[in-house]
Amino acid sequence: MGAQMTMQTTPEHLEYVLRLGDAALIHGQRLSEWCGHAPVLEEDMAMANMALDLIGQARLLLSHAGKLEGQGRDEDALAFLRHEGEYRNPTLCEMPNTDFAHTILKAFLLGSFSLLLWDRLGGSGDLELAAIAAKSLKEARYHAEHTGDWVIRLGDGTEESHRRAQAALDVLWPYTNELFAPNATDDAVSAAGIGPAWSELAADWEAAVLPVLQHATLTVPARTPFQSTGKFGRHSEYMGHLLAHMQHLPRSFPGAKW
Amino acid sequence: MERKEWPLWEIFVRSRNGLDHKHCGSVHATDARMALQVARDVYTRRQEGVSIWAVKASDIVASDPDAKPELFDPAEDKIYRHPTFYKLPDEVDHM
Amino acid sequence: MYTQALDIPGQQPKGKPDAVENAAYQAEFDARIDAGATIEAKDWMPEAYRKTLIRQISQHAHSEIVGMLPEGNWISRAPSLKRKAILLAKVQDEGGHGLYLYAAAETLGVSRDELTEALLSGKAKYSSIFNYPTLTWADVGVIGWLVDGAAIMNQIPLCKCSYGPYARAMVRVCKEESFHQRQGFDALLAMMGGTEAQREMVQDAVNRWWWPSLMMFGPHDADSPNSGQSMRWGIKRISNDELRQKFVDATVPQAKVLGVTLPDPDLKWNEDRGHYDFGTIDWDEFWNVVNGHGQCNVDRLATRVKAWEDGAWVREAAIAHAEKQAAREKAAA
Repeated sequence: MGAQMTMQTTPEHLEYVLRLGDAALIHGQRLSEWCGHAPVLEEDMAMANMALDLIGQARLLLSHAGKLEGQGRDEDALAFLRHEGEYRNPTLCEMPNTDFAHTILKAFLLGSFSLLLWDRLGGSGDLELAAIAAKSLKEARYHAEHTGDWVIRLGDGTEESHRRAQAALDVLWPYTNELFAPNATDDAVSAAGIGPAWSELAADWEAAVLPVLQHATLTVPARTPFQSTGKFGRHSEYMGHLLAHMQHLPRSFPGAKW
Repeated sequence: MERKEWPLWEIFVRSRNGLDHKHCGSVHATDARMALQVARDVYTRRQEGVSIWAVKASDIVASDPDAKPELFDPAEDKIYRHPTFYKLPDEVDHM
Repeated sequence: MYTQALDIPGQQPKGKPDAVENAAYQAEFDARIDAGATIEAKDWMPEAYRKTLIRQISQHAHSEIVGMLPEGNWISRAPSLKRKAILLAKVQDEGGHGLYLYAAAETLGVSRDELTEALLSGKAKYSSIFNYPTLTWADVGVIGWLVDGAAIMNQIPLCKCSYGPYARAMVRVCKEESFHQRQGFDALLAMMGGTEAQREMVQDAVNRWWWPSLMMFGPHDADSPNSGQSMRWGIKRISNDELRQKFVDATVPQAKVLGVTLPDPDLKWNEDRGHYDFGTIDWDEFWNVVNGHGQCNVDRLATRVKAWEDGAWVREAAIAHAEKQAAREKAAA
């Protein structure tokens, strides 16, 4: 595969990188909300570390997207100054924390997915993306392991923790449909050797996730026709509030330096 | 439900290969995997380590500080164990 | 990292008098303290020394944990991704410092849960500085610069305190701390180089935080009755007023570099003393906030109580799972 220098950036390529960057950004933003409020000090540290990994990934990916776009937008212009419909993260990322079980289940489902994705992207024809993937893969490994252990502790802990973990899984599971929904962007990117179509990862993801959920004595909900559409730019009601909060300062002080 | 505290683990970190693991503090964790994970999150945020040991604090056996005289003082007069005890001719004193 | 002088009157431990304790042990302990030796966890120590340490270390730990909240208030609103990462790492560090300090206190025979209960019930104190609100992004920078700056002044001497586990925790804390003050100053410098509105924001934050930062060093030495004993024990090394003066002397030139005015008309260089003179601290305000009447006293504690209560089922689940696992392993063996 040719290096990106010789490659004309396609809209699909840019969209795909933005999707990765936005997923890391919005997931990281949600995780960082726990800082200072976690159930135990040790876990406060762990969640902040995961959030820091994700914000770091978002910075690299959005910077890269800005370069691919070629309009002079940097990581912050992309992170803070777009409209809701321009964000490409899967809806699952923006789901509220609700309780520790929701956060852990969400981070586990997303982390297990990222692990597979970064592994594949290590071979991307976009060499910058491949380098980001190599770094992110190590981080995702820890996220998947740490959150997977917690899924088991909560599912197979007390009656209350089981009930909460199951409730969280019931809410979040339908949103995983979106991860694997086929689309033209993925087809083009896959054909160009930039990255896998996410739908290709479905079987491996289930093979990674289901045994942990089973070990946790959780019941995997039946698949429904529900389709969320965040990665196509149509988000949940939660997203507007998240962005209002996150974007407030840069939008209130145009031209400011931070 | 009666509240129970998570067990305490003592954490030892090897800062780089070639050095000993060194005690750096403790964490609370309910199992060994968690102890290692949170020790990593708490004690190696600035690349302080390449290896971690976690030991349940209740498994550590420590000497009694009151027994210091009988344990450690008898070594005091065994000065012949130290290289400086031996005065050798200058030509070979670097040995 | 944040201590205020931790010898606030009315908080002396109500232990039994030392006279009932073994005189020979006491003499040996005194001799070791006088010789500048380090006391370790399992060594004999007077009950009052142990209790004072538990109170001081746990107040210090509580301050770290409550101290996560005012700045944490801005993590989700940080104005750039770089600042978001820095702030999150910084607030996380405060959590780490709390953890190191709780661990040091636990070597004295109290559990972290007991200490936490004391905080949440309002029995234990934490540094009053965190009962002030963070109203703008500039507050984050000013807290790093002034509040962390004051804290560092307080803390460096503790790296040499007589109790080994506390001293070692403080070494680790101080090593991590210098980034905190620098990132704060760096954030303010960036804002001062920005727009007029940003410069006003910085000056407003300095106006609000300057005096509370000076109060962090605690009452004047003359009004600090427990200081003598703590000095004698080597768990306090430098007096409140001396540290406060050091802080003022260090900060004035920094304010000049930044281009802000410190809100004290009496602040001026005194050639004879070789120090800056400064105005009178409003001790009524200090005691009001210490005694629960600051803007955020109620909120800060309520937030910690909520985090602790909301997390109870999680802590119980992890224990329950570990017990099940252990039982299974036993049955399989």
